[in-house]
Amino acid sequence: MKKASILMIIGVSFLLGLFNFPLWNIVLGAPQYPEPLGMNIHIDGIRDMNEFDLQNIDGLNHYIGMRKLPKPEEMWEFSVFPMVIGGMIILGILVGLLGFLGKVDYKWFIGWFMIMSILGVLGMYDFNAWMVDYGTNLDPNAIMKLANPDGTPMSYKPPLFGHAKMLNFDVTSLPATGAWMMFTGMMLTIIAFFIGKSAKKATVKKHVVTAIKVKTNDK
Amino acid sequence: MKKYRYSITTLLVLALVVASCGDQNGKASSNGALSSSAAEKVYVAPGEQDEFYAFLSGGYSGNLTVYGLPSGRMFKEIPVFSQFPTSGYGYSEETKPMLNTSYGFVPWDDLHHPDISQTNGELDGRWIFVNGNNTPRIGRVNLSTFETEEIIEIPNSAGNHSSSFITENTEYVVAGTRFSVPVPQRDMPINEYKGNFKGALTFISVEPEHGRLDIKFQLLMPGFNYDLSHPGRGESHGWFFFTTYNTEEANSLMEVNSSQNDKDFIAAINWKKIEEYVNGGGGTKIPANYAHNVYDETTHTGTSTMNKEVLTVDPTKVPGAVFFLPTPKSPHGCDVDPSGQYIIGNGKLSADLTIHSFDKMLAAIEEKKFDGEAYGIPILKFEDVLAGTVKSGGLGPLHTEFDAKGNAYTTFFISSEVVKWKLGTWEVIDRKPTFYSVGHLMIPGGNSRKPFGKYVVAMNKITKDRYLPTGPEMEHSAQIYDISGEKMELIYDFPTHGEPHYAAGCPAELLAPKSKKIYRLNENKHRYAVTNPGEARVERDGNEVHIYMSTIRSHFTPDNIEGVKVGDKVYFHITNHEQDFDVPHGFSIIGQNTSELLVMPGQTKTSVWEPKQVGVWPFYCTDFCSALHQEMQGYVRVSPANSNIDLSWSLGE
Ligand SMILES: [Cu+2]
Repeated sequence: MKKASILMIIGVSFLLGLFNFPLWNIVLGAPQYPEPLGMNIHIDGIRDMNEFDLQNIDGLNHYIGMRKLPKPEEMWEFSVFPMVIGGMIILGILVGLLGFLGKVDYKWFIGWFMIMSILGVLGMYDFNAWMVDYGTNLDPNAIMKLANPDGTPMSYKPPLFGHAKMLNFDVTSLPATGAWMMFTGMMLTIIAFFIGKSAKKATVKKHVVTAIKVKTNDK
Repeated sequence: MKKYRYSITTLLVLALVVASCGDQNGKASSNGALSSSAAEKVYVAPGEQDEFYAFLSGGYSGNLTVYGLPSGRMFKEIPVFSQFPTSGYGYSEETKPMLNTSYGFVPWDDLHHPDISQTNGELDGRWIFVNGNNTPRIGRVNLSTFETEEIIEIPNSAGNHSSSFITENTEYVVAGTRFSVPVPQRDMPINEYKGNFKGALTFISVEPEHGRLDIKFQLLMPGFNYDLSHPGRGESHGWFFFTTYNTEEANSLMEVNSSQNDKDFIAAINWKKIEEYVNGGGGTKIPANYAHNVYDETTHTGTSTMNKEVLTVDPTKVPGAVFFLPTPKSPHGCDVDPSGQYIIGNGKLSADLTIHSFDKMLAAIEEKKFDGEAYGIPILKFEDVLAGTVKSGGLGPLHTEFDAKGNAYTTFFISSEVVKWKLGTWEVIDRKPTFYSVGHLMIPGGNSRKPFGKYVVAMNKITKDRYLPTGPEMEHSAQIYDISGEKMELIYDFPTHGEPHYAAGCPAELLAPKSKKIYRLNENKHRYAVTNPGEARVERDGNEVHIYMSTIRSHFTPDNIEGVKVGDKVYFHITNHEQDFDVPHGFSIIGQNTSELLVMPGQTKTSVWEPKQVGVWPFYCTDFCSALHQEMQGYVRVSPANSNIDLSWSLGE
């Protein structure tokens, strides 16, 4: 159980990467942009991939009536996400420590993992909802109002995952370093759970054997 | 008189004969299988980039042009000494001071010899220096912005031709006078030239961090014509060599009278010795009046200051610093090989090249083996300093450059060819015709300790029949030779702009990575900049109206302005708010008595407009900046001089 607890603490610590590295990365390339524009989505805000990229993306998007990319203070998510992640890290490390001291058992590890997964899915859901709004809720006075062949207004929602062609741009959206660190960390917490579980079984077996021995001695 | 005419005619006939021989050769090699391999050598596929930058002087265009090698594609014209309506250089309020001189605003010059800065004798790509020949000036171009940053006028000089060559650590950029003149200038009979005129050789120090120029001293030499120069390097670092002609000191019909002496001189100047002398308090300060113009990259503004004094040095007061090396027949180019051992005098009226040895020169000086003196300056014996002679068989050698394998390449103007020869053995290895009458040639780094001997560019004076004709006037031609093999191969012809007198080249990787893409708006310290569209405004100060305007795709802020009156002087201060590579905005207004402006991202430029008629006058962006470029426009309402309409401005109302 000590080994499992240490792994739990290490796994949870991987989430600290989210405070430094981007969670997601969206890159926009076009013939006129041999050096593509890009944005890095961090838990506390959207940042340039290369300096001035956000400004230049906003500059292009205004033609089709998209709003400017939100500043951190303009979306509640960017202040809440760091608190949620921070809280989960503290909780996870606490669980790991208590496990190390033998106060809680391995089931707490999977419990933490499940809460984190639910929060992750909720976060993705929220992120996608924002992208839908960002890409479809357009200025009615846009300079260029483009329609799909069926007459519906064109949407500029970036893909959540993978590649899409949007007007002259190739847009690629993929998880970035922060997300990969979170994924790795969460996998480590599952492993911690299984190690903890098998360690517990072994201990139980040992206890049973000891108990039998004690009984025999009593005779 | 008759006799001279006769000999000149002979020379011309000879030239024609040799040139026509060359012609046949050229035609033969431009057909068949050879041309297809040449095509491969110069072909830079779409999307790919050239291997070298080449900076060709524009001569009488007054500007510097940037090309790629081997493609011969022109990338940019950098305005230095001439007004340039394409960008507004010399027209905008910020750049007008760059063309200020002691003669007032001089909007043109004759730019000849670019030289890239060096460290330890190798190209370092910080700056490129150029000379203005006519109104003596030296310009410095920054090689991360590719813009002119500084121009200093040279007093006591005339025909600033043996310039602008740098020492091997860019300690000095050197400017020598071609025409000797009275120093200081005064009213005197022209025919009293001899013994009275002086030739100023000016050493301008270069501050290592920002490149700021400052005249350290002027060496006042005898009144010869100082034609070209090059620095010593390696072992001869600390010396500078100048070719001279008209050592006869003739003042009329120079083409004859200055060609009488069998030998002219190469002047060898030990500038380290003179520097010591000057640092020790030597030299005489004399009154002068010359402009020093500096452009600041953060204020985007040039300022001009007049300097009133210059330190002069009499060469006879610094023993052991100046010597004359006799060199046959009016030498033109003065070139020093990569080791610094050989000094080449290209005797333009002879068939041969004279090569002096630096070691022999030092030994002769040591042993004081002098052959008389000229105005107190010791003349060394020709035989004592001679390293060798290249018996080329060509006519009219002008300039020599070097590769890294111990070969030299010399242009021959009259016989119209490039000749390759070996340093040390002086044997001719190869010769190829040029089309036609080649002047300078350039090998990237070919005048440094580390040449990149893959191509040589020959810059020709005559273009006829190389391209589709364009009337009597046409651009000059340049030709690229592949010199990677034993034999040279002509691989490409390309037109140049103006008249390239010389060029400097360097590997692309030295400059491309540090080439600036934008100016940062948050570093813009221009006095009239608006860094946020909210600050855009119009202010009146008497009859001056200052419009603080910003641009971003695709509108001006403000774009409607009222309250301007006839007789006002309207300053449009345009700040481009783009921070994206290659998104300039332009500005022009109807009836403007100046050029448009082309404003780079993050930059501020100012144009003055003096409306003369009542009306509503449009202005617009001159650079096709976006799909909505045509919509990038605005109006200024101009009311009668006595009207009392208040200033107002707006956008989108
Ligand atoms: Cu524009």
